[in-house]
Amino acid sequence: MSADWPAIDLVVNGDRRSVQAPPMKRLLDVLREDLQLTGTKEGCGEGECGSCSVRLNGELVNSCLVPVLQAHGARIQTVEGLAIDGDLHPLQQAFLNCGGAQCGICTPGMLMAATHLLASNPHPTMTEIREGLAGNLCRCTGFKRIFDSVISAAAQTQDPMANEAHAR
Amino acid sequence: MSTHAKTRIVGSPVPRKEGVDKLLGRAQYVDDIERNGMWYGTTVRSTIPRGLIREIKYSRDIDWDEFTVVTAADIPGENHIQLIFADQPCLADGKVNHCDEAIVLLAHPDKCKLREAAAAINIEYEPLPPVFTIEESERQEAIVWGADNVLKSFLLEKGDVDSAWAGAAHIVEGDYRTGAQEHLYIENNGVIADYSPLNGVTVWGSLQCPYYVHKSLLAVFHLSEDKVRVIQTETGGAFGGKEDYPSTLASHAALLAMKSGHPVKMVYDRMEDLAATTKRHPSRVRHRTALDANGKLLAMDIEVATDGGAYSTLSSTVLSRATLHSPGPYVCPNVRVRSRAWATNTVPYGAFRGFGAPQAIFAIERHMDEIAAAIGIEPVELRRRNFLHDGDTTATEQVMREPVILDKLLDRALVESGYFAKHARFAKENAASPVKRGVGIAAFYHGSGFTGSGEHYLNSLAGIDVIDDKVRVLVSSTEFGQGTNTVLTQIAAESIGLDYDDIVMAPPDTGIVPNSGPTVASRTSMVVGRLIERASRQLVAQLQECAGLPQSFTPEEFFAACERYRAKNGDVVSLCRYEAPPNIFWDDQKYRGEAYPAYAWSIHVAQVAVDTVTYSAEVEEFWSVQEVGRVLNPVLAGGQIEGGVAQGIGYALYEKVLLQNGHMVNNQMTNYIMPTAEDVPPIHVYFEEIPFSHGAYGAKGIGELPHDGPAPAILNAIRDAIGVSFNSIPLLPEDLFARLGARIPVEEAASA
Repeated sequence: MSADWPAIDLVVNGDRRSVQAPPMKRLLDVLREDLQLTGTKEGCGEGECGSCSVRLNGELVNSCLVPVLQAHGARIQTVEGLAIDGDLHPLQQAFLNCGGAQCGICTPGMLMAATHLLASNPHPTMTEIREGLAGNLCRCTGFKRIFDSVISAAAQTQDPMANEAHAR
Repeated sequence: MSTHAKTRIVGSPVPRKEGVDKLLGRAQYVDDIERNGMWYGTTVRSTIPRGLIREIKYSRDIDWDEFTVVTAADIPGENHIQLIFADQPCLADGKVNHCDEAIVLLAHPDKCKLREAAAAINIEYEPLPPVFTIEESERQEAIVWGADNVLKSFLLEKGDVDSAWAGAAHIVEGDYRTGAQEHLYIENNGVIADYSPLNGVTVWGSLQCPYYVHKSLLAVFHLSEDKVRVIQTETGGAFGGKEDYPSTLASHAALLAMKSGHPVKMVYDRMEDLAATTKRHPSRVRHRTALDANGKLLAMDIEVATDGGAYSTLSSTVLSRATLHSPGPYVCPNVRVRSRAWATNTVPYGAFRGFGAPQAIFAIERHMDEIAAAIGIEPVELRRRNFLHDGDTTATEQVMREPVILDKLLDRALVESGYFAKHARFAKENAASPVKRGVGIAAFYHGSGFTGSGEHYLNSLAGIDVIDDKVRVLVSSTEFGQGTNTVLTQIAAESIGLDYDDIVMAPPDTGIVPNSGPTVASRTSMVVGRLIERASRQLVAQLQECAGLPQSFTPEEFFAACERYRAKNGDVVSLCRYEAPPNIFWDDQKYRGEAYPAYAWSIHVAQVAVDTVTYSAEVEEFWSVQEVGRVLNPVLAGGQIEGGVAQGIGYALYEKVLLQNGHMVNNQMTNYIMPTAEDVPPIHVYFEEIPFSHGAYGAKGIGELPHDGPAPAILNAIRDAIGVSFNSIPLLPEDLFARLGARIPVEEAASA
């Protein structure tokens, strides 16, 4: 059956991938089911919670709202693409040190939103951090330690996202 | 201030045990797991609040042979969810008592086919008159539960309330209401179930209490204990919302698995989770209070009513905690609390962080400010004059044997927040500003662990074993963000004398770990942690006695001793059972005695701004000072307080469950609104540490405490800002508009 669907080509975390899926299938489901990248989570299915945030051609999107057809030919970055050679990315390390992750279900989306923020604004103010993460809901932390994590990652380097070449 | 024993690992901010997996996106939540030959399940639910089921009609447009269909008739054991009372069916049989009650279950290998099939089932009802509110239930015109709609009642009495009114200088009355609140864990409820005649039922799921689910499945399937196995998967938030509901969902998935012969996954989407699963109990609390001329409490007459929904579930224990927290942290010679949980035809209300305490504390702490205004004493001073101290007795005549430092907490909160200076400054500035600012306070305790004799009945068992040069912590206490794994690992490492990385958590699998009780009631660090501490010391002593472990040792020497012990005696395992602290006595009949083994104490201060143009109230800054015994991990403890305060802010100002005909109609994140990164104010957290002699390394409960105070502190601050009392939450802009209307001059705003 799946052979009937047109091939959709993606570059996911730097790797060329091709999937055959219904064109209206959500990018979220393609990542989780077709590509086994289950780090990206569904929280609400309507673009409110941001748990499914990924970067698509350098833009932050809710992957539950993107039909995979729209992602044809796109570069996608998910949480699985953040670590560097299997080691925590400095942003992930900052979340670990500062207590930015509790239950962890919003964490992949939060990391992608923070990645996106720091990529365009390496040293954001608190107001900019709040705005940058406002589309990502966390029910555990009250956000404070997530802000601390972003500030800590930003303080570590001139350009915290210097290694994010494949995401641009 | 405290004089704790020196520790290496306890008290330090070691990183979250499962943190790396969560950060790399490789932690396995239930929806991330696939099993060979897995099918998907869905639920057909009632569309009416109460009535008889006349007929279940299956449309001929669907090829039903492709599907597995389960109804109550397929249940091999008892058709109820085993909790406290056996009144809630697993699947409705002949009648429904709330909207969204499960009636039919469907499974199919292609999840895309389920929605259409579910819609092709038409259920015909004979409606019965429903009851939707506490007041309707109290009128008893329709009896929807038992003989009188009363799910549970308590009477707590101290002294003689009725004789106190005559001699009172002041009598102040008030009515306070709280709404339902949704947990809004970001991961919805979900399970996978498998069944085989040989192994029985196995369930993997997002849940708090593996042994609650286990107990429930035993009854639904009439299986022996070894034929039911429950495994918690990584759980994306719970807050009480995965305490009892997973027992129902697990039963459903397991019924489908048994009938289909396939593993079945059931993961709710957000709309189903919001509509069909538990919420915080709505409440109405009435206070009548007598005081002498100096503002000392003479008598408190309190009436607590909660809305329990259609079945009893946890309403009795939620009501108990509400009853015990309703008099607040004050000394009063005469107290009477009459409390009732009422049945209504809505989805059963259940456990939610605080468990009745936030409702009761909203009422008493709002009421204290009303008393203060009525008798002309400053609210802080009124509280100070009535605070509990060491040696005082509570409403249940529990003597405060451990230190009570409310005055110190209050002093610190006042200093850190600049309370009085702000109060004075805002009073001056408000006159000329369209934005009115104010500060408000709340003082409260939260009882740690199960109420009364609860821990005695739980009789928890926990411990450690040693496998492959790792010590494993054996508990059914689960991790769902609050830090169970980390804190119990710290305790084991500290108590044995090993490193943090030498300890691992055994899988939360009823086939492997003993029943250390449910992960609820702020009991894990204090009660289960203590069991791990004892089991660890017991193992070291055993190894020293039987396996030549020296008095001080390296990790290598420890694991070598374990090898010698294993060769001689078999498995290296050490388990401990709960032992109550001395002097704990609770009388369930008279509702008197040691209600809790320990109390955590806190003062909250909220600074709010009420915009008289937009009618929005926002929290600008928040201070939380608390004494929770010893802080075992400062990063996790701070995170608990901040997260709880944020949830409490949502409870006060954002989160409204809108029911129509007993069905939640705003069951989406689009219109059930929680505070976002832009809404949560700076939250300042301060701990005073007084180690509790019977908790692990001095710990008391912490998880629920921070949800208790924000709502009253915020509404007290709003009163300070605009001089208008609001006694009901959630308080939304439309509520402010409805009350204030033209009261506040907005001309200034127009010209500002």
